[in-house]
Amino acid sequence: MTQVITPLMSSETGILIGLLAPLLVGLVTPLLAVRSLWRDAAGPLGAVVTFVAALHVAGAVLAGETPRLVLLEFADGLRFEFAVTPLGAVFGLVASGLWIAAGLFSVGYMRGNHEKHQTRFAAFYAVAVHAALAIAWSGNLLVLFVFYEILTFSTFPLVTHKESKAARDAGRLYMSILVGTSVVLLLPAVIYVWVKTGTLDFVPGGILAGYVAPEVVPWLLACFAFGTGKAALMPFHRWLPAAMVAPTPVSALLHAVAVVKAGVFTMLTVIVYVFGIDFLAESSGSDWLVWLASFTILASSFVAISKDDLKARLAYSTISQLSYIVLGAAIATSIAAQGAALHIVMHAAGKITLFFCAGAIYVRAHLTKISELDGQGREMPLVFIAFFLGALSIIGIPPLGGSWSKFYLMLGAMERDLVLVLAVLGLSSLLNIYYLLEPVQRAFFRPKTRQVEVTSQPLTVIPPVATAILSVLLFFFVDQIDALAKLVAG
Amino acid sequence: MSIYTLFNNLPALLVVVPLLLSPIATLIPSGRLAWVIALLGTGVSVIAAMLLCSVTASGIRITYFLGNWPPPWGIEFVVDGATSLTAMVMATLAFLATLFAGRALAAEIAAKDVGKAYAAWLLACGGLYGLVMTADAFNLFVFLEISALASVILIALGAGQDRRALIAAYNYLVIGAVGATFYVIGVGFIYAVTGSLNMADLAQRIPDVEAGSIIYVGFGFMVAGMLVKAAVFPVHIWLPAAYSYAPAAVSTLLAAIATKAAIYVLARIIFTVFGGVPEVTALALEWVVVPLSIAGIFLGTIMAIYERDLKKMLAFSSIAQIGYITLGMGIATGAGIAAGFIHIGNHALIKGGLFMAVGGIFLATGARVSVDSMAGIGRKMPVTAAAFLICGLSLIGLPLTAGFISKLYLVRALLDNDNLLIVGLVLASSALSVVYLWKIVEVMWVRSARVDAMEISERPALYIPLWLVAISNIWLGLDAGWLVGAAEAAAASLLGAGG
Repeated sequence: MTQVITPLMSSETGILIGLLAPLLVGLVTPLLAVRSLWRDAAGPLGAVVTFVAALHVAGAVLAGETPRLVLLEFADGLRFEFAVTPLGAVFGLVASGLWIAAGLFSVGYMRGNHEKHQTRFAAFYAVAVHAALAIAWSGNLLVLFVFYEILTFSTFPLVTHKESKAARDAGRLYMSILVGTSVVLLLPAVIYVWVKTGTLDFVPGGILAGYVAPEVVPWLLACFAFGTGKAALMPFHRWLPAAMVAPTPVSALLHAVAVVKAGVFTMLTVIVYVFGIDFLAESSGSDWLVWLASFTILASSFVAISKDDLKARLAYSTISQLSYIVLGAAIATSIAAQGAALHIVMHAAGKITLFFCAGAIYVRAHLTKISELDGQGREMPLVFIAFFLGALSIIGIPPLGGSWSKFYLMLGAMERDLVLVLAVLGLSSLLNIYYLLEPVQRAFFRPKTRQVEVTSQPLTVIPPVATAILSVLLFFFVDQIDALAKLVAG
Repeated sequence: MSIYTLFNNLPALLVVVPLLLSPIATLIPSGRLAWVIALLGTGVSVIAAMLLCSVTASGIRITYFLGNWPPPWGIEFVVDGATSLTAMVMATLAFLATLFAGRALAAEIAAKDVGKAYAAWLLACGGLYGLVMTADAFNLFVFLEISALASVILIALGAGQDRRALIAAYNYLVIGAVGATFYVIGVGFIYAVTGSLNMADLAQRIPDVEAGSIIYVGFGFMVAGMLVKAAVFPVHIWLPAAYSYAPAAVSTLLAAIATKAAIYVLARIIFTVFGGVPEVTALALEWVVVPLSIAGIFLGTIMAIYERDLKKMLAFSSIAQIGYITLGMGIATGAGIAAGFIHIGNHALIKGGLFMAVGGIFLATGARVSVDSMAGIGRKMPVTAAAFLICGLSLIGLPLTAGFISKLYLVRALLDNDNLLIVGLVLASSALSVVYLWKIVEVMWVRSARVDAMEISERPALYIPLWLVAISNIWLGLDAGWLVGAAEAAAASLLGAGG
């Protein structure tokens, strides 16, 4: 091996910086409470640093390395270790990159809305991002589980931010589903893997083959699938609409990107690196999951149609889209896994745009219902154009990024002759068109029904426009990410 | 005097120093000075326990003849991995509780009683250490009575704040006496057929005894007595009132160490004394200890969920947590017993810290702490509330805390045995424990303080012991290697001594 260039930092330092930067932001924010300008600058600055670190780590992964950082040994050969898989590199890029936009948006939203406790909010926001990155780069199942729980607990103060009764109730539902499923199902599944195989490391091709009998596989997979409540697989999806009571920056970054993607990331990681796609396909252990994911895709789409509250509709749309990723994992072919990995990126960019827009509409005009949006397009043209692009990407129409992931998912379904799944994907796209484009259609083509005073809040408009453009760019410049996604399935 | 002579006297020092300092404490008029003496007594015990640990870590088994009378006539202390680990956990927590008592106890009881309180305190500690160290079945009964009577005094001291402490102390006295009597009846049966009281000696003689039914009866009485002392469901009824009406410092001490000694003795009886007759012990483990543990885990948790008084809630939670420990020991594999020992240490830290925090809040508010009176405490007393949160997260077993390590090893031991159903039950109850704990967290931070609670302020004097415990909860969650290793060695020495 020859050293090609002396890099700016080793990939180990990259991991360290990427993990420490958000944590540091979380820790210094309370100290900067009196200087609100510095406090608010800390988030976006930390986001840029984290993103650069994540780019560096992803570059190393693309070059064929496995960046690794061992912190300490718990006990008995259980290492507290970070080791970046291609999938982890992708998720790390998504979480840190979108944090830049969300950090800016968050400042605009919280200030424009005159929210209370902005310091506490900013601190826990950064800690949650830290936990998401730690999940992305975790080196084994135990570390992943550790930060999975920390992510739940660190987002609780954000969900209950308003301290109202509705917020408290939502917080209870949030905690009980996420903590309950993870403790009762995910933890024993993790320990079962540990007892049976003696390791918890992520190994390409999986670790279970030869240790676990094929008839156990569906049950073990069920423990993982339902234990990962963050993936919002029905019937454990209720926490996500409930969490919409949080301020929109939380819904945007955490409940459209970091938290929910941590869930599907866990599913995908477990299927690819613990079960192994081939072992899963041979044992047909994931067939039931294909149908449950399909059911979730359609059922939550129908619920979404019935919701007039914009954020609630987006939440159900998220539940539907998350199941695309679970579906890709459950189909258990390398193309489908590649599609699932890509969909983490594409859906993140699209959905965060939609939430940014919902937040911008709320801050600027104080509208929350879709039926109130009639004719508002002319008041806020940029916001609704951004919404339009984000929606198109989620529907999967070229030239937007979302078309790639749907394409791969369909190819994967074809490979396994799952014609019904193809029909589900097609029908879902039609439903998406209906319920995601309705707000845009109302805003631009319906006469105005109510006069509202629209204030100017540039920091809430720039981020959605930027992520909408990102969604377009992701169609044309997909090759690097596609290369990473291809590495996922080996 | 060689260094070995010193080590060989350590087992006695650990027990005798607190016992000897106790009468001195009664003679001292100044409460402050009595506290210093209590610190000295518990401090010496910590050092002795640590030294014992370092000796047994290298696999040495220490035997010590009190007054140089060899067994089976004299009383023998035996220290192996299991003894030293339990003694170490208890001594450390007792020392921290003493540190906490400095301000807390003086604030709750009359000044003239403080010296006597520390005398009872030292007696209780010495008695509990004696329980763990002794290798003589009858001498164990003596220590049992010493610690029980001293604990009764300590609980009754709560009467200055709440008269119900007297009833709690009386109940503890009566039920504790029943437990101790059961134990001594069992010892009588066994003595009648073996003619010995020394545990190692008994372990050798019991398998050869012809009258098998007497062994069953004796074993049954001994185990039943110890189940009462360990507050295993459903013979736990003395515990909630005793813990909740005692003064804050006493609750901390008792919650951290009292039942641990009884659990240790239970394990000794089952795995060492009766280790040679597995057909007898398996019966008790499978049909009594494991089912009762699971019932205790569930009912303790459910009662905690419905309890509004905070100290009682923690006491009910203790019953559930004791269930985890006895469940681990009950499955009787090396991994299971090790998981039990891990949780002996971790639960002492968790409950000690929680009772300290609630004690601090009680001293600040001046009223019994209920769920409602915790409203807004997160902002009024941030340092205490943060420590409560850390210990609470450890209680529910959040990763990176000591409680997670306990859960991890317990579930692993159960899965090793393919006890899938029990795993499900354990984890379901563990998820339920989030309910009562998180209710408090929500009240502390998400609800605003009551109007009459405006003058509440922090009690910095209590920070040091509280945060030592809180930090240990995180430290043992990150670096569990030492505790896990010691617990595995403890399990090995328990099983090895019997087999």
